Amino acid sequence: MSTESSYYVPEQSKLPIITATGMGLMAYGAASWVIGGGNMVFTAGLIIMALVMFKWWSIVIDENMRGLANDQLKRSYVLGMLWFIFSEVMFFAAFFGALFYLRVIVNSWLGGDAAIGIFDDTPTDAAVANNALLWPGYEADWPPMVTPDEAANGANATFIGPDEAMSFPGWSKMLGWLPLWNTVILVTSSVTVHIAHTGLKNNNRKQFVGWLGFTVLLGLIFLVLQAEEYIHAYQHMGLTLDSGIYGTTFFMLTGFHGAHVTLGTAMLAIAWFRSLKGHFSNEDQFGFEAASWYWHFVDVVWILLFFVVYVFD
Amino acid sequence: MAHGPATLADGWRAYIARWVFTTNHKDIGTLYLWFSFAMFLLGGAFAMIIRAELFQPGMQLIRPEFFNQMTTMHGLVMVFGAIMPAFVGLANWMIPLMIGAPDMALPRMNNLSFWILPFAFAILTSTLFMEGGGPNFGWTFYAPLSTTYAPDSVNFFIFAIHIMGASSIMGSINIIATVMNMRAPGMTYMKMPLFVWTWVITAFLLVAVMPVLAGAVTMMLMDINFGTSFFDAAGGGDPVLFQHVFWFFGHPEVYIIILPAFGVVSQIIPTFSRKPLFGYSSMVYATAAIAFLSFVVWAHHMFTVGMPIAGELYFMYATMLIAVPTGVKVFNWITTMYKGSLTFETPMLFSIAFVILFTFGGFTGLMLSIAAADMQYHDTYFVVAHFHYVMVAGAVFSGTAAIYYWLPKWCGKMYNETMGQVQFWVAFIGFNIAFMPQHFLGLAGMPRRYADYGLQFADWNMVSSIGAFIYGGAQLMLLYNVIATIRNGKPTTEEKTWEGAEGLEWTVPSPAPYHTFAKPPEFK
Repeated sequence: MSTESSYYVPEQSKLPIITATGMGLMAYGAASWVIGGGNMVFTAGLIIMALVMFKWWSIVIDENMRGLANDQLKRSYVLGMLWFIFSEVMFFAAFFGALFYLRVIVNSWLGGDAAIGIFDDTPTDAAVANNALLWPGYEADWPPMVTPDEAANGANATFIGPDEAMSFPGWSKMLGWLPLWNTVILVTSSVTVHIAHTGLKNNNRKQFVGWLGFTVLLGLIFLVLQAEEYIHAYQHMGLTLDSGIYGTTFFMLTGFHGAHVTLGTAMLAIAWFRSLKGHFSNEDQFGFEAASWYWHFVDVVWILLFFVVYVFD
Repeated sequence: MAHGPATLADGWRAYIARWVFTTNHKDIGTLYLWFSFAMFLLGGAFAMIIRAELFQPGMQLIRPEFFNQMTTMHGLVMVFGAIMPAFVGLANWMIPLMIGAPDMALPRMNNLSFWILPFAFAILTSTLFMEGGGPNFGWTFYAPLSTTYAPDSVNFFIFAIHIMGASSIMGSINIIATVMNMRAPGMTYMKMPLFVWTWVITAFLLVAVMPVLAGAVTMMLMDINFGTSFFDAAGGGDPVLFQHVFWFFGHPEVYIIILPAFGVVSQIIPTFSRKPLFGYSSMVYATAAIAFLSFVVWAHHMFTVGMPIAGELYFMYATMLIAVPTGVKVFNWITTMYKGSLTFETPMLFSIAFVILFTFGGFTGLMLSIAAADMQYHDTYFVVAHFHYVMVAGAVFSGTAAIYYWLPKWCGKMYNETMGQVQFWVAFIGFNIAFMPQHFLGLAGMPRRYADYGLQFADWNMVSSIGAFIYGGAQLMLLYNVIATIRNGKPTTEEKTWEGAEGLEWTVPSPAPYHTFAKPPEFK
């Protein structure tokens, strides 16, 4: 530990260069994998990353247990986590923005009814020509069950639309609709993680450990249901990544959300294992709090998704 | 390591370990600066190849496919490898010194942010040697050229962008945490040096838009390999969507490049005018206003894409608004100099050149912002000339000014003033010979990114190439000056290298000790 300073500045560390090596191997490996070069390099990078992340967190936890982290350093960690979550918000913003643009603007251009102005819904000549010359027969509709390709080229099309969409099936079939259950589960889990947090603040360890464990369980159930939904989409609904823009936006938005749920569940699970070992207290709970902030963020993204991807079709 | 950093005298293993495992903000700043200079020379070499080919009409030296790879790689390497890391290097060195912090807030992550870059650029550069060649679709990588029609190496490009984005985000989070959490007592926000202010706003922009770039390249990756149709109208997508997503990143990106440059110049001009900066608070608000506007003007890069007239008008007027806060800045720099006791050392020369040439580049930007006029200028050499006036005479000149200004503080040696001034004049003259004629070429209708051109463009292209070679030579002189200063420069130990300099970084000895401000200084 640096003797001159109350702010803990670690001396040399081997962690970053190993992490950078792992990331470099993963990046190179992923690229060579997608062009058919095998996944050896990628896997090697992944293993290095997994090990070094484990080690890095262990060291930071250990430093904290030894009292090296003063209040100021903890504030740095808090700022780091909050701005990281902000960067994640912007990542999702790109995909939500793409969805709105495709749904509202692109679709009406392809269908030939993009309006002249906000108050005049006469289609522009360009939109009409676009539809008649390039994609004859395509009608703008959301969710698009027929792709422009399919409308214009029939059986020769590359992109074939889905047989069924994920939309709201009507009130009578609502209880069998997975997205609704997933929404219930995620919203509940946001509440349970908050109950666990309250338990920690009141030094009620039983409440903390129990409700945190329950939150992790809910996260896992969500992931299982999501997998079930994907399998159903691929096997029974003809809804895949290549079924035009609906499949594209559906799988990319829910898929990235699912990836973040996986990460959030892992963070909460680590916090839970630590809570079993007696970590965290009323004053010292950053590791858990960071995971719970992330979890709330993932929950908010889902609610947005639920409305724009599933409900308002 | 409590006894200071390892030197070569401690053996090469300890010396290498110092740089690879370091958590010291000064070491990491130095790494960033040297890395960015290496990338600057690499990107410069690509530029020299481009200008050599364009020296005369017809194809002389390289094949057109290779020319496309050169324009693409020149842009990517200069933007992501040279200019951005150079300013991150300056931020690492100077922000803790300027706000009285013992180090950056998260020192190990700081090291990680740097060491990702060599891997990212090794991957990116290696694409040049792959089958089908490297990225050949321009640094803006518009779909479908970068998806449907791209070489296989585009996948390496995508993942290289991913990890350098991760590096930028981590570096920016570190800067934000440092500025928000590590200021010395008394260093309130409105007392921070302007370089710190511009950087914290830049860091905010980076955290906001690098994830959007990640989104854009992810969509490309999915379209290329996994059958999605983001950018393919056949599936209901739209190639124009790519341009929207890219420029939502890309426009803030150009301010990410120029805002720290504003900060550097705002430090240097008061020093050599021996007057405090005129209108400090208006400078801060102007920077914030520019950052805000950068999020709402992106489609001015796409006037010819077929937007509805309402969109064209909105993006035109919003873009013109940026001239207001930028004008505030230019007037403040000039007013700082007004009635000051000016001296013209090398950093000041580069800063004055910055103000003049950047303003010039700003005015051509204003011309380009007129949607109707842009129909004529779009994708011509006029655009190339415009953004080189702001990127090179803007960012690179101010970066060079920063090197001369702070070099004595970094290494405790003074550079040779004559050599510095000679380098300035060679760079200044070379730059203008290279890029001024490109305005004329563009107005006459020469399109950008072509390996060949009509005979009517021959004369100005030859002039431009000669200027480019002179400017390239000036960078070798800069390298020589820096190395000569480090090896044989006149030692200086004074805390205040420059008579008129103000700020905490001028209260520590030269060279700055390995650890500074272990106890936070009291700032009044």
